[in-house]
Amino acid sequence: MKVRVEVTRRPEIADPQGTTIKRALHDLGHTHVNEVRVNSVFHLEIDGADPDGVRSKVEEMCRQLLANPVLEDFDIELLQ
Amino acid sequence: MTTAVVVFPGTNCEHDVVSAISSLGGNARLVWHRETDLDGYDSVILPGGFAHGDALRTGAIARFSPIMEPVARFARAGKPVVGICNGFQILCEAGLLPGALIANRDLSFICRYVDVEVTDTGTVLTNNAEPGQRLRIPLNSYEGNWVSPEGEGRVVVRYVDDPNGSTDRAAAVANSAGNVVGIMPHPERATDRLLGSTDGNVFLRSFLSSLVPA
Repeated sequence: MKVRVEVTRRPEIADPQGTTIKRALHDLGHTHVNEVRVNSVFHLEIDGADPDGVRSKVEEMCRQLLANPVLEDFDIELLQ
Repeated sequence: MTTAVVVFPGTNCEHDVVSAISSLGGNARLVWHRETDLDGYDSVILPGGFAHGDALRTGAIARFSPIMEPVARFARAGKPVVGICNGFQILCEAGLLPGALIANRDLSFICRYVDVEVTDTGTVLTNNAEPGQRLRIPLNSYEGNWVSPEGEGRVVVRYVDDPNGSTDRAAAVANSAGNVVGIMPHPERATDRLLGSTDGNVFLRSFLSSLVPA
């Protein structure tokens, strides 16, 4: 099964990379950009066909490794 | 009494730490991260570098190395555990220190001497310092910006200026017991006048004097 995981930094945590990219976009004339946040996307291919089972396994992976619970949230999408 | 200086793939400050400890009369030995016990050691330093190439997040993979089990046991038992730079990042990822380290506010890799001020002398890394003592040691990091969303953490050393956006200008943070400390600048690189400063010895002497015979 293919799974897409997006890890996002929580809104209250600074994102220096996003801030720098926003500044660069402003320099290019895109001054209507109010905020840029940079997230991580993971594409996983996992053995198993049971959606609930796969989802709970991926949740475990997110809590253990893919996301830092101090800073980040995660969103899991089962693709097929 | 021997200090374990842990080496992960990508660690690069381990010899500096051993040399600095030895020059102050202490004993330190390198310990590979795949080791599963710390028998014969009474303290731990996680040195700087780029463990596992900083893949995913700094320290995110290193925290699962086998050596981290006994390191966590040391931390819980009140034994001295210090992380320098990347070691600080690893201790945060491992949950042995609160908060996390993110990219510097200005996205610049900072490599220069910084002035820091000791604000808490009740830890294994600061007990030989005077309260408010100012020291000059080198900072060498990209992810040195400490954040603590829950407001936890004991800031024990502060930057005099604010080089990287770190919360409360934190340069070093301790757990509540004061036996686990992470410091972002490098004390071991300021231990000889040839290096431009010997102020790092204040921290390393504190560390050595916190070691008590088992």
